[in-house]
Amino acid sequence: MIRLTKAKALWIYETMVRIRRFEERSIELFQAGELPGFLHAYIGEEAVAAGVCAHLTPKDQITSTHRGHGHMIAKGLHYKGMFAELYARATGYCKGKGGSMHIADQDLGALGANGIVGGGIPIAAGAALGLKLKGENHVVVSFFGDGASNEGAFHEGINIAATWKLPAVFVCENNGFAESTPRATHQAVQDIADRAKAYGIPGIVVDGMDPQAVFEAAGEAIAHARKGRGPTLIEAKTMRFLGHYVGDPGTAYGHDKEVGKWLKRDPLITFAETLEKKKWLSKKSIDAIHEKVNKEMEEAIEFARKSPEPELDDAMTDIYATV
Amino acid sequence: MREILYREAIIEALDEEMARDDSVFLLGEDIAEFGGSYKTTVGLLDKYGAERVRNTPISEQGIIGAALGAALVGMRPVAELMYIDFSAVAMDQIVNQVAKVRYMFGGKANTSLVIRTQGGAGRSSAAQHAQSLEAWFVHVPGLKVVMPSSARDAKGLLKASIRDDDPVFFIEHKLLYLEKGAVPEEEEIIPIGVAEVKREGGDLTIVATSSMVGKSLAAAEELEKEGVSCEIIDPRTLFPLDTETILASIRKTGRLLITHEAVQRCGWGAEIAALAAKDAFDYLDAPIERVCAKETPVPFSPKLESYVIPGKDDVIAGVRGMLETV
Repeated sequence: MIRLTKAKALWIYETMVRIRRFEERSIELFQAGELPGFLHAYIGEEAVAAGVCAHLTPKDQITSTHRGHGHMIAKGLHYKGMFAELYARATGYCKGKGGSMHIADQDLGALGANGIVGGGIPIAAGAALGLKLKGENHVVVSFFGDGASNEGAFHEGINIAATWKLPAVFVCENNGFAESTPRATHQAVQDIADRAKAYGIPGIVVDGMDPQAVFEAAGEAIAHARKGRGPTLIEAKTMRFLGHYVGDPGTAYGHDKEVGKWLKRDPLITFAETLEKKKWLSKKSIDAIHEKVNKEMEEAIEFARKSPEPELDDAMTDIYATV
Repeated sequence: MREILYREAIIEALDEEMARDDSVFLLGEDIAEFGGSYKTTVGLLDKYGAERVRNTPISEQGIIGAALGAALVGMRPVAELMYIDFSAVAMDQIVNQVAKVRYMFGGKANTSLVIRTQGGAGRSSAAQHAQSLEAWFVHVPGLKVVMPSSARDAKGLLKASIRDDDPVFFIEHKLLYLEKGAVPEEEEIIPIGVAEVKREGGDLTIVATSSMVGKSLAAAEELEKEGVSCEIIDPRTLFPLDTETILASIRKTGRLLITHEAVQRCGWGAEIAALAAKDAFDYLDAPIERVCAKETPVPFSPKLESYVIPGKDDVIAGVRGMLETV
C-alpha cells in the first residue's frame, strides 16, 4: 500500500481548502450577480479530488464533469484562469468561451470539465489509449457521478478500457443523487463498484469523506494502471453539501434531510483534526494556509474583474484550427 | 494513369499515412482481420499490427470518444463508423464533444481526427443502412465534412483529412467502393475546401455530391445529344465550401440544379440554393431546381428503392423542366 506521507497529507489538506474556498467565493460572487451562467458546487466532495490527484503528475490526464472546479484545482489549474473564466473574461482558461462547465488545460493534463453527463468517460479511455500507443507511462483518471453510471457512455468507455487494459482509473463520485433523483429511483445496485465485475476489472468502494481512504484506494488503482494491468472502478461514497446547482435548496427531493449526517463528516474538519493529532498541522498552520489561499484568491478575483471581456470577433475564432 | 477501385484508394491513403506518421492509427468495428465491412482496411493489420489497426467493441460512442481522447493527447486517429446510420448512436461524442472541445477550451485542444463512414442507398439495405445524413454534420460548427465521388478524390482527400488539424467527417458511398477510377501512383494531396468542375458547359450548372456526380455526368452525356450543355460541379467538401467555384459557374450559365441522395427537405442542397439566391440572384434565369431523394425512409424493395433515390433520369427530367421554364 502507498502510505500517506506528511507532505502528501498537507498537500491534500491545502488542496481541499483551496477547493472549498474557491467554491464558497464563487457562490458569493454568483449570488451577487457578478458571474453569468450557472454553477455546480463541489463542496463536500473535496476529499475525492484531492485524494486522487495527489498521485498525479502534470502529464497524467483527467476528465471531469459539470461539477468540475474541484478536479481542476486538484489537477493544478490556477485560480486566476479559473476565476477569469467564471467571469467570462478573455484571460480565462477558455477565453470566456467555455465557462464553469468546460474549464480545461491540456498543458496540465486537464482534458476538460464536461457538460454532458458521462461524456468524459469514453474520452478518458481514448486518452489512455493514446498514452499507451505513445509508450508513455502516464495514466488517465475519469471523474463522474452516480448519475453518469447509467449512461451508455459509462458502459462503452469502461468496457473499451478494460478490454484493452488501458491505463485508466474510473472514479465515480457517488453523492446519492442524480441531480434530484435518489439512488433507489435510478438504479437497483447498492454499490456502483459492483458493476466493475461486468467489465472484468477491480471495483472498490471507498469512503469519499475520508481523504486518506481515497488516497490509498486511488494509489493502488493508479499503480495498477501504470503497471499495464488495466483500469479500476473506484466508487467514492460522498455527498455534496449543497443543491445540484447554486440556488437549488435541495428541499424538493430530500437532500436537505440527508445532508445533515454528512456535514458531521466534513473532510476539511475531520482531516484537520487527524493531522493535528499527528502534529502535522496546528491551529496556527491551518490559519496560515487559509490566509495564503484567501490572499491568492482575492488577487485572482481582482485579476478577473480587471480583465477584458472577449472582443466580439473572438466569437468566431477557435472553431477550427484552419479553414 | 492506372485505375484502381475506390475502396483500394481508401486503403492506399490509410497505408501511406500510417507509414508516414506513427501517430496515425485506426479503430473501428471489424476493421482488423475482417478488413472492414466494405473491405476498406484490408491488409493493414498485417502491415501495422493490432495496436494500430484496432478492432473495437460494437460501441459507436465509445469509438468516437476513444478517438477524441487519443487525439487530445497527440495522436491522429482514424475512426470508422461502419454505416453513417450508426452515427446516430454516437451523436453526443460527435456533436457535443469532438466538434466542440476546441472552441469550448478556447482553442487549446488537439482534435486532429478523422471519422470515416459510408452512406447511400442502392443495395436494398433498407432504412437503417442506406441513409445520406451529411447535412446533420455540416450543420455543426467545428466539423469539416468531406464527401468524395471518385477514387482519386477518395485517396487525395483522405490523406488531406488525416493531416488536417481539425476533426473531419469523411463520408464514402457504398456503391462507389467497387467503381474504378484513375488515381496517380505518385503522392497526391487534394486540399479540403476545393471544388472540382467535373464537366464544363454553358446552359446550366449542376451541383452534385457523391453518387450523384456520376449520375449527373451520365445525364449530361445524354443531354448533350439534345444540344443541352451542362456544367457539373462536385464540391467534394461540403464544409468548408468552395462557394466561388459554384457561384462562378452559376454566373456563367444562369441556371442551377442541385442534386444529392439525401432527402430534399433541409438537405444540403437548400444551403446551396440559398447561397445562389443571395450571391448570384441577378444571374439566375430560372428558379433553382433540386433533384433529391423522396421524403421517406429508404425502402427495402429494389423497385421502391430505385423509385425513391434519384437517378440519371431524374436529373435529365430536372434539367429539361428547367429549360422549359424560360
